[in-house]
Amino acid sequence: MGTPIKKPGWMEIPIGGRIEEAGNAHKYHVGGWRIRRPVWVKENCIHCLFCWVSCPDSAVEVHDGKMHGFDYNHCKGCGICAQECPTKDKAIEMEPEDIENQFDN
Amino acid sequence: MGNRIALTGNEAVALAMKQIAPDVVAAYPITPQTEIVQIFSQFVADGDVDTEFVTVESEHSAMSAAVGASAAGARSMTATSSNGLELMFEIVNIASSLRLPIVMPIVNRTISGPINIHCDHSDVMAIRDSGWILLFGENAQNAYDNLLMANRIAEHQDVMLPVAVNLDGFIISHAVENIDIVANEDVRDFVGDYYPEKYLLDEEHPLTMGPVDLQDFLFEHKRQQIETLKIVPQIVQEISDEFAELTGRQYEFFEKYKLDDAEIAIVAIGSTAGTTKAAIDNLRERGLKVGLLSIRLYRPFPADAIVKALSHVKAIGVMDRSESYSNTGGPLFSDIRAAMYDAGETAKIINIIYGLGGRDITVKDLENVIGRVKEVQDSNQIAEKVIYYGVRE
Repeated sequence: MGTPIKKPGWMEIPIGGRIEEAGNAHKYHVGGWRIRRPVWVKENCIHCLFCWVSCPDSAVEVHDGKMHGFDYNHCKGCGICAQECPTKDKAIEMEPEDIENQFDN
Repeated sequence: MGNRIALTGNEAVALAMKQIAPDVVAAYPITPQTEIVQIFSQFVADGDVDTEFVTVESEHSAMSAAVGASAAGARSMTATSSNGLELMFEIVNIASSLRLPIVMPIVNRTISGPINIHCDHSDVMAIRDSGWILLFGENAQNAYDNLLMANRIAEHQDVMLPVAVNLDGFIISHAVENIDIVANEDVRDFVGDYYPEKYLLDEEHPLTMGPVDLQDFLFEHKRQQIETLKIVPQIVQEISDEFAELTGRQYEFFEKYKLDDAEIAIVAIGSTAGTTKAAIDNLRERGLKVGLLSIRLYRPFPADAIVKALSHVKAIGVMDRSESYSNTGGPLFSDIRAAMYDAGETAKIINIIYGLGGRDITVKDLENVIGRVKEVQDSNQIAEKVIYYGVRE
């Protein structure tokens, strides 16, 4: 553990909660809110990307047009991806979150 | 060159909005504010003003659209009354917290229920603690003038907070008065254009507004609001002084009327101040040393200046046109008593709750009220801390 970073005081930060850059939501990890986690069953996946389209948190990782797993730092475990997965044998299954799991991977 | 014309309060407000020509107005009609929206939308339809007028389906949406437009970088306004203000309450707080300089006339009307369309201050008092700057006036001239100053105050780079300009429903909004109008070009020069330092549509400088703000930062942002509100009175005065140079009409945090040599004082907000002046004139003729302090800047509360102005009086009657349901009197009463306590002042202070739901208060009524305060002065005792004036037993 390093020295804790001292956070800036009220005089040192922009007013109104503004962040003077865009696209910063990626830096904020919300995976810790999850009580169920989607698990990718690779052998059942047809790479239709319905999960990617449906995910409200952009937490489905796609490389070269193919499903590549989940970004567990930003997946809140809503289960929409599993619901939308069209294959007969589901390629996404929701499993109870294990408290022992490392969320921030 | 300005001129003097007869207008209702609502017409004067709509005219001021036309002269200010905000980029965006998003509003929903509600009695007694309706005319403001109606008249202003006619100005837009006739091409008299190039404002983007957004017709919305509720006041919640009106304030939301004003917030969105302001965040984008536009000078934006809305207007409302009563339950409309309560419906926008959530976004009212967001506007101030996000430091958006929205300007909103509020035509004061009681909040339901039972349903009633007439004047009291229960609507605006419900946003008393929302971080908005709240201005009041006793007549249409004050409403017009306050509105012309509101954008300057709100958009001042050291302020960046929304401003509400209050006028009493029907009493001011629908009564016709002769008003001194500022010439269009003078308004344009005085109000000026709006160039926000940071805004969402500035593609050169990407900005995030309204992100999640948790335990580690929200308190700091609240402290920023608090510290800003401490310097707001000084900025209000600077802009008011500049307005006086333009128009000859000098505004302060409050108006003192025959107060300097008074032994007893009435403190009031809104149109009742005018009625009180007439009562004071009558009683002064009978030798009673009574004066008035009429609040213009209510939030932030200019406590030190008020204490100084009241420090010599022996008894004070604070007129509240709303209740706080605390069993300790109305909101203005609490503010005045707290301010006087801090200063160690020992004047006897009573509260007069009056005029709820638009119940009329006349010059004779005010003479009676002043009589009650005189009794407190003479006996040096408070028999009744909160008087509900004009209610049937």
